[in-house]
Amino acid sequence: MNPFSSGTRLRDMIRAIRACKTAAEERAVVRKECASIRAAVSDNENDYRHRNLAKLMFIHMLGYPTHFGQMECLKLIAAPGFPEKRIGYLGLMLLLDERQEVLMLVTNSLKQDLNHTNQYIVGLALCALGNISSAEMARDLAPEVERLLQFRDPNVRKKAALCSIRIIKKVPDLAENFVNPVASLLKEKHHGVLLTAIQLCADLCMISEEALEYFRKKCTEGLVKVLKDAVNSPYAPEYDISGISDPFLQIRLLRILRILGHGDADASDLMNDILAQVATKTESNKNAGNAILYECVETIMSIEDSGGLRVLAINILGRFLSNRDNNIRYVALNMLMKAISIDGQAVQRHRATILECVKDSDASIRKRALELVSLLVNESNVKPLTKELIDYLEVSDNDFKGDLTVKICSIVEKLSPEKIWYIDQMLKVLCEAGNYVKDEVWHALIVVITNASNLHGYTVRALYRAIQTSGDQEAVVRVAIWCIGEYGDLLVNNIGMLDLEEPMTVTENDVVDAIEVASKRHASDLTTRSMCLVALLKLSSRFPSCSQRIKDIVTQFKGSHLLELQQRSLEFDSIIEKHQNLRSALVERMPVLDEATYSGRRAGSLPAVASTSQGNPLQLPNGVPKTVDAPLLDLLDLSADEPAPPTSSSANFLQDLLGDDILSSSSQSGRIQTQKSGTDVLLDLLSTGSPPAQNGSFTADILSISEDNNNKTTVNALNGLSSPVVTSAQRSHTSPVMDLLDGFGPNPTLPNNGPTFPPLVAFENSSLSLIFKFSKQPGSPQITQIEASFTNKSSEVYTDFIFQAAVPKFLQLHLEPASSNTLPGNGNGSITQKLRVTNNQHGKKSLVMRIRISYKLNNKDMLEEGQISNFPRDL
Amino acid sequence: MIHFVLLISRQGKVRLTKWYSPYSQKERSKVIRELSGTILSRGPKLCNFVEWRGFKVVYKRYASLYFCMCINQEDNELEVLEIIHHYVEILDRYFGSVCELDLIFNFHKAYYILDEVLIAGELQESSKKTVARLVATQDSLVEAAKEEANSISNIIAQATK
Repeated sequence: MNPFSSGTRLRDMIRAIRACKTAAEERAVVRKECASIRAAVSDNENDYRHRNLAKLMFIHMLGYPTHFGQMECLKLIAAPGFPEKRIGYLGLMLLLDERQEVLMLVTNSLKQDLNHTNQYIVGLALCALGNISSAEMARDLAPEVERLLQFRDPNVRKKAALCSIRIIKKVPDLAENFVNPVASLLKEKHHGVLLTAIQLCADLCMISEEALEYFRKKCTEGLVKVLKDAVNSPYAPEYDISGISDPFLQIRLLRILRILGHGDADASDLMNDILAQVATKTESNKNAGNAILYECVETIMSIEDSGGLRVLAINILGRFLSNRDNNIRYVALNMLMKAISIDGQAVQRHRATILECVKDSDASIRKRALELVSLLVNESNVKPLTKELIDYLEVSDNDFKGDLTVKICSIVEKLSPEKIWYIDQMLKVLCEAGNYVKDEVWHALIVVITNASNLHGYTVRALYRAIQTSGDQEAVVRVAIWCIGEYGDLLVNNIGMLDLEEPMTVTENDVVDAIEVASKRHASDLTTRSMCLVALLKLSSRFPSCSQRIKDIVTQFKGSHLLELQQRSLEFDSIIEKHQNLRSALVERMPVLDEATYSGRRAGSLPAVASTSQGNPLQLPNGVPKTVDAPLLDLLDLSADEPAPPTSSSANFLQDLLGDDILSSSSQSGRIQTQKSGTDVLLDLLSTGSPPAQNGSFTADILSISEDNNNKTTVNALNGLSSPVVTSAQRSHTSPVMDLLDGFGPNPTLPNNGPTFPPLVAFENSSLSLIFKFSKQPGSPQITQIEASFTNKSSEVYTDFIFQAAVPKFLQLHLEPASSNTLPGNGNGSITQKLRVTNNQHGKKSLVMRIRISYKLNNKDMLEEGQISNFPRDL
Repeated sequence: MIHFVLLISRQGKVRLTKWYSPYSQKERSKVIRELSGTILSRGPKLCNFVEWRGFKVVYKRYASLYFCMCINQEDNELEVLEIIHHYVEILDRYFGSVCELDLIFNFHKAYYILDEVLIAGELQESSKKTVARLVATQDSLVEAAKEEANSISNIIAQATK
C-alpha cells in the first residue's frame, strides 16, 4: 500500500488547514495531525511514513515544532527505494540543520548512498550533503565526493563540485585535495559542470593562496578562451536568455577572471581583449545583459590597470546611472562606490545625478546614494553638497531623516571650513530634524560654540529665533537653552553683532519666557527640564531684574515628582534666595570647553573625566582628602547632564558646579571652607537627600536653613554684601545656625598687603564656635598668624576655658596666651588667642591641626576635640 | 552565495523556505517576519533589492508570490534576479503555467526542482531543459516504484484471496 498512490491525505490536510478562518482553528487542526503522526511514529508504522513526513514538512513551514519527525527522515533515508530516500532527504534538509546532533546518525547512510549504483540516489545524497553538511560529515565524506568529481554522468559531477564547495568551506584544510580534479573539470564543455567547477575554483582561490597561484598559471588562458567561446557562440536555445548565450556562465567566467587577474599584470593582460569585447558588445536593454556588464565593470576595476578599459567601465556606469530602471541605478551607485578610489574625478562628474538619487522615492537607492555622497564630499564641494542635503532634509520622509541627519552631521563635523558655517548648518539640521540628532552631535555643537567666542552673541540670537519656530525639536531646544543660560546677556543687549545680522529686540522677560515655555512644554524630557533650571539659575544672576520671576518659576518645580528636578529646584531656589554674594561666582560663564578633550572622549580614548577636574582630589568631610572614585560629572561633561540616578551623581553635579566655578576661578576663596564637624559646605548643599549625621547638634541642612532663617533673609542679604565677617559674628549671636556660605564673601578687614585668606570656621557645635582668621607677613610666606576667636552661644558661662592645638612635624606651632579663660554666654563677647604656625613645607603641604577645647560648665568638665584639615591652601 | 530562499505570499504566508546557511529555528521565523514586513510593504516601481543586516535580499514578485534570495553584499544582484527568473520559468514549465495553489499542494515538488537548480547556495544548472529532464526522470522513478508496489500488493491480494 503506497501512500503516494492516493496522496489525498496530504491534500486533505492542506485543504483543512487552508479552510481555517482563525489562527486558533489552524492550531487545532495542526495539533490533531501532529497527534496522529506522533502515534504513527511511536508505532513505527511503515506504510504511511513518507506521507506523514510530507505532512510534517508542511506543518514545519507554517512554523510549528516538528522535531519528533527527525528520526523518521533517517528511517526513510535508510530505506532501499528511491521514493522513500527522495522524501527522506528532503525532510532531512528541511527539518534539520547542521547543528543538530541527530545529523551525525545520517553519515553512514550518506556514505552508502554516495556509492550507490543508481546515479539519482547519488545525486540526492550529494544534494543533502551540500546543503546541510557539518564539518565532521564533510571530513568523513570528502573522499567520496572527490571521487564523484570524475563520475561518468555530468549531472553527478556538477553536484559533486558544489558539494565540494560546502566541504572546503567547512574544512579549509581539505582544499588542496580538490585543486587537481577542478583543473580538469574546467576543460569540460557541459555548462552545468563548467558553472559549478568555476564556482568551486573561485572558492578554492579564496581559501588557498597556492590554489590561486596554480589556477592563475594553468587555467587563465583556458578560461579566457572559454569566455570567448561563450560570448561568440551561435544561438543555442537551451542556454539563451533574451538573446544572450548563458549569462550565468559568462558572469561566473568574468568573476573567476577577476580573481585571477587581481594583482597580477600578466594574467590581466591576457584578459584585456575579451573584457573590452564584453564591455562593448553586450546588449544592455535586458536585465541579463546588464548583469553581465555589471560583472564586467567590476572585473575591469579589480584587475591591473589598463586605462582604456577603465574609461569604458566608468562610461558604462554613467549609462547605468541615467537608466530609468531602478535596479540598474541601484547597482550603478553600488559600483561607483568602488570606483571612487580608482577614479574619483570621473565619479565626481556624476555628482548631480547622484544627488538626485538621494531624493529618490526608493529607500534602497536613497541609502546607497547617501553613502556615495558622503564619500564624494571634500573641502571644495562641501558647501553646495551640504546645502543640497539640508534642503532635502526639509522634504524627506520621516523614516529617512534619521540616516540623512547622521550623514549630514558627520559631513559637517568632518569638513567644516569655518565655525560660523558649522554653527549655521547644525542649527538648520537641528531645526529640521532635531529629534533625529544623536546626543553626541549636539554636545559637539555646544563645544564648538563655546570655542567660537566671537560668535557667542550671534549664535545665541540665532538659537533664540530658532526655538521660536522649531520649539518642537528637542535637540535645538536643549542647545538654545544652554546657550541662553550662558550668553543670555549677549542676547538681550545685541552684543557682538555680525554685519549679516538683523538687529532684534529681546527683553529679559522675553528670554525668561522662552525658557519657561521650554521647561513646561509637555514633550520636554527630564534632561531638557533640568537644563532649563540651570539656565534659569544662570539668568537670575545675569538679569537681576527678573530674579524674582525666575525664583517663582524655579520654585514651581519643588513639587515635581521627578527627584532630579525637585532637588535642583530646591537647591537653586536656596541659591537665588539666600546667597546673592555667592551666586554670581557660582553661575559664571563656563570656561571654554576643550575640543580636543571632547573629541578624544567621543572617540573613547580618554576616560570620562573632564580635564579640569582631573587629578583634583576633593576635600571631603573632615578634610580627609579623597580622590573621588566616580568620575566627576560636571557641567563640562555634557553627557553627564543626562538625568542621573539619584543622589550620588546629582551631588557630583553640584560639587562640580561649585568646584569648577569657585575652586578654579575665584582664587579669593581658595579652598572651600568647612566647619569643625567637617561637613563640607558643598556637601551640606547637597545633603538634602541625606541629612548630615556627622554631628548631631549641627543643623546646617540647607532645608532647615531656609526654614529657620526665613525671617532673617533680608538682613542677611544686606549685611552679607557689606561686611560679611561682622555679619557672621553678629549672626552667631542670634542664630543657632550658621550660614555656611558666608565664608565666601570678600573679607575687607584683612590688610591688603600680602595674600589674603578668608576666615575659617574651625569648629562649631550648637553652643560653641571657633573662627580662625589668617594673616601673613609679606616676605615670610611660611609663617601664618592665626587669630582664633571663640564664641559661646549657650546661655551658660564657660569657665577654665583652655584651648590646645597640635600639629604634625613639618609644622611648628607657637601658642600665645589667651585673652581670657572665661567665656560669657549668649555670644556676649569672646575669647581670642593668637597662634603662629610655621610651615616648613610651604607650597607642598597644607596646614593640618588637631585641637582640643576644655572648659567647665556648671563645674562639670567638658571636652571638645576635632581635626582641622581644611585650611586654605598656600598657608 | 545565496544564504536562503524564501517564497512568501502577498498575505505574508510562507510557501517555501530553503536555508543554505545555518539559522536556528527561532532565527528563521524572525528573519521571515522581518523580511516579509519590509518586502511586502515596498511599492511596485521600486528596485528589487533590500539591504538587510549587512546582506542584500533580492526579491521579485510573480503574481501573488514574492521570491526572495539573500546574498552577500558583494554578489551580483542582477544575476540573482536572473536566477529567480530561471527558477520560476522551470516551475512554470513543470506545472504548466504555475500558480500559487500548485506550490501549496505540491510544495515538495517545488523543493525537488529547487534542489536541481541550487546546491550549497550556488547555481548548479543554467539549462532549464536539463533541470526539467532530471526532475522528470526522478518522478518517473517514483512512479515506477509505485506501480511495482501496486502490482506486488495486487499479487499478494490475489494470492491471499
